[in-house]
Amino acid sequence: MNNEPQINATSDSSVVGPPKNTVGVGGWLKTNLFSGWANIILTIVSATIISYVVFHTGKFIFLADWTVIESNFRLLMVGQFPLEETWRVWAAVFLISALLGSSWGLWRGVMRHVTLVIAGLMVFSLILPFIQTNTRLILVGNIICIFLFYIIGRKVTKLKIPVLLLWILFIPLVISLFNGFGILPKVNSNIWGGFLLTLLIASVAIVCSFPLGVLLALGRRSKLPVVKWFCIIYIELIRGIPLITILFVFQLMLPLFLGNSIEVSNVLRVMVGFTLFSAAYLAENIRGGLQSIPRGQFEAAHALGLNSTYTMGFIVLPQAIKAVIPACVGQFISIFKDTSLVAIVGLTELLGMGQKVIANPAFLGKNMEVFLFIAFIYFIFCSLMSYVSRRLENTLGAGER
Amino acid sequence: MSKLLNQKKTISPPFWRNRKIIPIILQVVFAIIILALGYLLINNALSGLKQIGIQLGFDFLANTAGFSISEAMIDYQPTDTYGKALVIGMLNTLRVAFFGIILTTILGLIVGLSRMSKNWLLSKLAGAYIEIFRNTPLLVQIFIWFYAVFLPMPKIQEALQMGPMLFSNRGTAIPWYEKNQGILLWGILFLVSFVIAFFVYRLMLKKQIESGKKNFPSLWALGVIVVVAIVSYVVTGNAPVSFHTPTVAGNGFDGGFVLSPGFSAILLGLVIYTSTFIAEIIRAGVNGVNKGQSEAAKALGLKNSTALRLVIFPQAIRIIIPPLTSQYLNLTKNSSLAVAVGYQEIVSIGNTVMNQAGRPIEAIAIMIAVYLTFSLITSLLMNYFNKKAQLVER
Repeated sequence: MNNEPQINATSDSSVVGPPKNTVGVGGWLKTNLFSGWANIILTIVSATIISYVVFHTGKFIFLADWTVIESNFRLLMVGQFPLEETWRVWAAVFLISALLGSSWGLWRGVMRHVTLVIAGLMVFSLILPFIQTNTRLILVGNIICIFLFYIIGRKVTKLKIPVLLLWILFIPLVISLFNGFGILPKVNSNIWGGFLLTLLIASVAIVCSFPLGVLLALGRRSKLPVVKWFCIIYIELIRGIPLITILFVFQLMLPLFLGNSIEVSNVLRVMVGFTLFSAAYLAENIRGGLQSIPRGQFEAAHALGLNSTYTMGFIVLPQAIKAVIPACVGQFISIFKDTSLVAIVGLTELLGMGQKVIANPAFLGKNMEVFLFIAFIYFIFCSLMSYVSRRLENTLGAGER
Repeated sequence: MSKLLNQKKTISPPFWRNRKIIPIILQVVFAIIILALGYLLINNALSGLKQIGIQLGFDFLANTAGFSISEAMIDYQPTDTYGKALVIGMLNTLRVAFFGIILTTILGLIVGLSRMSKNWLLSKLAGAYIEIFRNTPLLVQIFIWFYAVFLPMPKIQEALQMGPMLFSNRGTAIPWYEKNQGILLWGILFLVSFVIAFFVYRLMLKKQIESGKKNFPSLWALGVIVVVAIVSYVVTGNAPVSFHTPTVAGNGFDGGFVLSPGFSAILLGLVIYTSTFIAEIIRAGVNGVNKGQSEAAKALGLKNSTALRLVIFPQAIRIIIPPLTSQYLNLTKNSSLAVAVGYQEIVSIGNTVMNQAGRPIEAIAIMIAVYLTFSLITSLLMNYFNKKAQLVER
């Protein structure tokens, strides 16, 4: 049959040339930056924006007078922590170095990056020109400590449980160290300040709000109407109002509600406020995880004869929490960022200390330098945490079929 | 057999192991604990208040406020009542939330689309923007805008001019419109022109579909509006509004619209911070649309922008709306940070009332009530949109 279409016939006019080069530097540039007139315009516009911003930021950073950070570095880091008691802070730092090092050795993975970034920050502060010699020595000691415990962690795998326990007990240990264990003189909480206070508030809120959040999430899914409605009202009320009003409530009204009998320090009030606030948000995250567990898991657990407590504790919760860890880390990041709000209620954490510094007439007009430095510190720690969250998302999801 | 069953019935477990009674006991215990705790706290508060000689109640709202508010949207004097001051605070919150939501949506959309752009440089630029601004606390950003950008601006006599805008430490003046005489006629003609343009668009689109030839329906519609605009200009002899560029006159601005440093700082901070989250939400929404959809659109010969507008976005919007709602709510709640830069919204004024009238409980109750109302209204509205956008299934 002649009229059948000839599929493979090619005439000279339809010969197609070889495809455009897409490999190599030229090819990459062509496909990613200059593939059409619209793309070229976009490239030019973004290049202009980038060079403008980079040029002006660079100019500011190199020309600005950073002496304000130099002379207030200690204030910004630890506030008015007494000079002769600074060893307590360093002890806490040494403990954390040891923990980080050994966790890196024991678990590798994401801990490696976290530890290396912290060590990198120590090296960075080591080369800052205004750091005193003995501080430098301590920092070198810390870096050595990290690597020493890394080697120990790699060699001795039995350390896993003690290290985990120490991580859990870390915050209570540090706070009781500052309070002197009842033996040493107490460093009053109203002179804790700077970045130290930021870290303390954030970690207390993170550590305490997690179990509370789990309880609230379970309560919200409970079959008991009284418990369920209490949890619903609590969660929705807290989520409906801004954090700053909660801080006001705890700063002004907690003494009123507790009466004259109990004296609560400013720092503790803020910590309680943060914990109760973030527990409501964490509860919603965890509830999402609980809802994602298929019915079959509950039924299988019941078929095995587990009662509801065991079903929750051993079957459902571990899976649910694993599913929502990245979301929870996201919540932890926002708790960390929100600690800056305590500057409004008069505490001198990092941002509050920054406000104190710019109020000092000796540093008039240095607002940008101080706040950029503070923003930089927050940026480093938040980026680190969000990196960890992304890594966890990948590693935890790896087991999924 | 029946005897055996009867026997079983009589051996009921003791009440502390009865599955029907345990939950009731648990709930009663829980309720008692909560009530006792609540009673204790409230009792303490009441006795504490009695000691200082304050009674609970909202009658203080009718008292004279005695403090001034620099940016009031309705007329306000220090001789007005606390109640009116709080209403002004609420309006100021709404103002910053309203402009903030509009601007942050636009900015977030631009950044989100840039992040997904095939252009490597643009995508990296948007990525850097998102990383930098979402990883620094909002309050630090607001402080940078307030203390390091707007407050150190030159004095008003030496105001910095950038295009038609004037910057000074008293505030930023932007060009603003003023109504001209023929505005009513203009408005009517404009409305008419829109209706005509709509029908012309429909007609041309229909012709295009029938004939298969390009008829440029949107250009036609635009043409109608332009023609009507020219006609109305000829009829009224002037434009509907005239823009006044601000100038400095003595110790203030003349003409234009003046934004205080506090308002500018809180608005910029909120818009930039929230836009990073919206950008990520939009990216997640567009990526969440099945890949087959964009491939099918390409196979039909739609160009990229048309595919995005007609195929991808209507589906992505379903994924986008719920997280977008919570970002809008976050923006509204975060506007409370204005208390730190002296823009007087509800928390700031509530705080002043609290200190002046010595009514902490009532003032905080009002703040909480206001925010809960906002949250409720926003989520109701967004739920309505969400329902509209949902897939209608069989």
